[in-house]
Formats: sequence, structure tokens, C-alpha cells
Amino acid sequence: MTEPIIKVQDLSKCYGDKQILKNITFTVHESDTIVLIGPSGTGKSTLLRCINLLTKADGGRIWLGDEEITVPEINEDVVRRNIGMVFQDFLLFNHLTAMGNVKIGLTKVLELDDEEAERIAMDQLKRVGLEENAEQYPGQLSGGQKQRVAIARSLAMNPRVILFDEPTSALDPELIGEVLEVMKMLAQEGMTMLVVTHEIGFAREVADRIIFMEHGVIVEDGPPQDLFYSPKEERTREFLWKISELYGSSDDEAGAGGG
Amino acid sequence: MLIESAKFILMGTGITIGVTAIALPFGFLVGLLFSMIRVYGNPTISRIVALYSTVMRGVPPIVLLFLLYFVIAGSINLSPFLAGSFALGIISSGYQLEIFRGGLQSIGSGQMMAARSIGMTKNRSIWFIILPQALRISIPSWSNEVATVIKDSSLVYAIGVAEILRRAQYVSARTYQPFLAFSVAAVIYYAINLVANRLIKIVEDRTRIPAT
Repeated sequence: MTEPIIKVQDLSKCYGDKQILKNITFTVHESDTIVLIGPSGTGKSTLLRCINLLTKADGGRIWLGDEEITVPEINEDVVRRNIGMVFQDFLLFNHLTAMGNVKIGLTKVLELDDEEAERIAMDQLKRVGLEENAEQYPGQLSGGQKQRVAIARSLAMNPRVILFDEPTSALDPELIGEVLEVMKMLAQEGMTMLVVTHEIGFAREVADRIIFMEHGVIVEDGPPQDLFYSPKEERTREFLWKISELYGSSDDEAGAGGG
Repeated sequence: MLIESAKFILMGTGITIGVTAIALPFGFLVGLLFSMIRVYGNPTISRIVALYSTVMRGVPPIVLLFLLYFVIAGSINLSPFLAGSFALGIISSGYQLEIFRGGLQSIGSGQMMAARSIGMTKNRSIWFIILPQALRISIPSWSNEVATVIKDSSLVYAIGVAEILRRAQYVSARTYQPFLAFSVAAVIYYAINLVANRLIKIVEDRTRIPAT
């Protein structure tokens, strides 16, 4: 077993009196691709936001490597450099070109000089297949291209793990494939990833583990074949069956639509 | 006679432009700073800034001009021209604050979240991500404020600065031709605004983000 990158222990989060997360415990090891699935409103996105400290958890602890990041004296900005995040609605910086989007973290966070930042940014854009689009603005890119720029922006920071929050849910069906391809490539290259998605084909093919969440708790956590073919919980089987119907199971097919 | 009078009034143009050239940038800097405090600052300071804004916008500019002029002129030794210009700048900052507040708040919270997610500090996120977008969005409403400041610069005539309006009044009193005198003033103000508007339009076009 490789070393843990993210360790979450007894994490809980409430909004008002509604408890979104209840005693969530799991570990992400180096080079793991872990897919988080579960019905909407189950706390998956909240969980990701707690991990990169965009949302403050009410209880429990989180470690990045062997450093606890839920202690009050932690420097959140340094933590976030090491935890990439890809959002459902891309959230590219609208006033910057694709190149500018990837570069700005390098110049304004890591404070690299312009030349080196440009070189690294171009490498990352190549990695996601967008070197030709470097000078285009977000408004000139398709949804799939925007999301690949967002992935490149994350990669440029050389994070230890990338969190994906439903990265294909806002995309037209025909654009989902190109984003999943990039994610698959990253998984194969050994990037550590925690992915919230309804793309069941991706989960089955790429995930090392699937975590099924419902009503703020982890129902089941295990390798895809276990969850798909011999789930311990009836709820897991029902959900996977339902979602496979909805989103299709072929990997080449883009899937049945956004969610 | 007419030419002489027109020339005399026209000589006030430099003063009018000078007042505007001080009041507008001063109001811009103060307004922008206060708008950031208003939107991102701690609640107490934000409330103080809000109060500042309502006072600046809730009292007639001529009344504020007198008040500020006597405060400024009473505490530091400034010419009426400079004191009046800064006073107008302070008044304008109240309006510019609101213009930029609107711009800042129109940028979705996702932009800040995305900036923070790559490890950018809050201040840098505001400066490098939010502000460049907010300023662009603010240009059209800001151009209104430019016109207002150019026109309000005429108010400094009340504290004895010989700008266009004061000179027009002087000519009117001397020649008994108020219509002509004030027409000349009107044409000059209009021309200044026309040029200013053109300049802002150029800035707006040059800074436009493609495909938005």
C-alpha cells in the first residue's frame, strides 16, 4: 500500500440544523483514483470543499500527507496549492486567455518568473490537448475545452491530489468524452484523484475504489467490481442500477446527458 | 466683442478641466478603495463606509462643497482651486464607490472560489481576478459619473474660482447678453463631455474581453 495523501476522519458538517456530512472517514492513497458517487444533495461536493478548506468542517480531522490541515494555525493558501480543484461550471477567469488562466497561479501564487511560468503553462495546455487554443478567451472555447483548461490550471500548480466536482455535469453530451479522456490519462499517469461524478462508465473503468455516499454518510467503499457485482448494501445496488440506466455504461459513448 | 467675450469664457476651460482632472482621479482612488472595503472588509468598517456613501449622495453637492471647502481651507492652506477640486473629488468618491461596488458584486462568487482554490490569497484574488473584471463592467456607469463631475466642476464658481461658469456670469453682467454668454459656456461644457465620452468609449473597446 502506497502512502496516504488525504486522510479524512469523522468529518461532519451542518448547514443550519441540517447535517450534510456525518462522520465521514476514508483515505486516499498516492496514485489512487477514487470516485465518489451518490444521489444529489448527499454532501459529495461539500465533502470536496471541506477537503480543500473552501468550506470549514464542523467536526473531524483531515490530513494532507502526514500534516493535519484542520488545525487552526494552518496556512490555507499553502494547503490549497497542493490540492487542485476542478469545478462543475469550470470557473475559468473570464478576463484571461487559456494561457493566462493556467499561468496566473504560477506567477501570482508560486511567484515564478514570466518565462518559466509560460513554459510550464504551455506544457500543461499541451497535456490536455489545447496548445492551439492558448490565446483564446474562455468565451471563445467550448465547454469541453474550458474544462480542460481548468484541469490544466490545476495541473500547473503540481498538486498532490486533484478534486473533481462533477466535472462533466455541465457539458453537452458530445463534449463529455474529451474531458473524461484527459482524466483517464491523468489516472494512468498516476495522478491522485478524488472524483465526484455520475459517469458510471468512467467509475467502472478508471476508479481504483468507489465510495458510495447517501444522506451524508458513506454507505459502501470498495473496488468497482465489488460495488457493481457484489455490493454489501441493497442501497448501493439500487443506486448503481438506476444510475447505469440513466447515464449508460459504454465508455465510448458520451453518456445520456448532464445532471 | 463677441469674440473677446467668448475668448474670455474659454480661458476658464483650463480651470474646469483642471478641477475635473483632480476631482475625478481622486474620487476614483478613494471610491475604489472604499468599494473594496465595503464589499470585502470587516462588517464594522463596511458599515462606516456605507454611511459615508449615503452622506455624500444624500446632501446636495453645493452644500457639501461649502462644508468641505471650509473644513479643508480651515485646516490646511490650499487655494480655492485645489480645495474645491478635492472637495468635489470627495463628493464624487461616494458615487464612484457605489459604481464599483456594483461591479465587484456582479462578479460571481465562483471566480473568488476558483482563485482561492489554486492557493491565491484573498487580497491577490481581489486584485488579479475580481478587480480586472469588475472595472471593465463598471465602465459604462462610470462614464455617467465622469459627465457629472465635469458638470459639477461648475460649482467651484461659488467659492470664487474663475472657471467657465463664473466667467460667463461676468460677461453676462458686463454685456447684458446672458443668453450669448451662457450659450458659450454650454457649448464648452458639452464639447468637454463629448471628448471625455469618446475617450471612455476607446478605453471600453480596448479593454473588452473577446466573446463576452
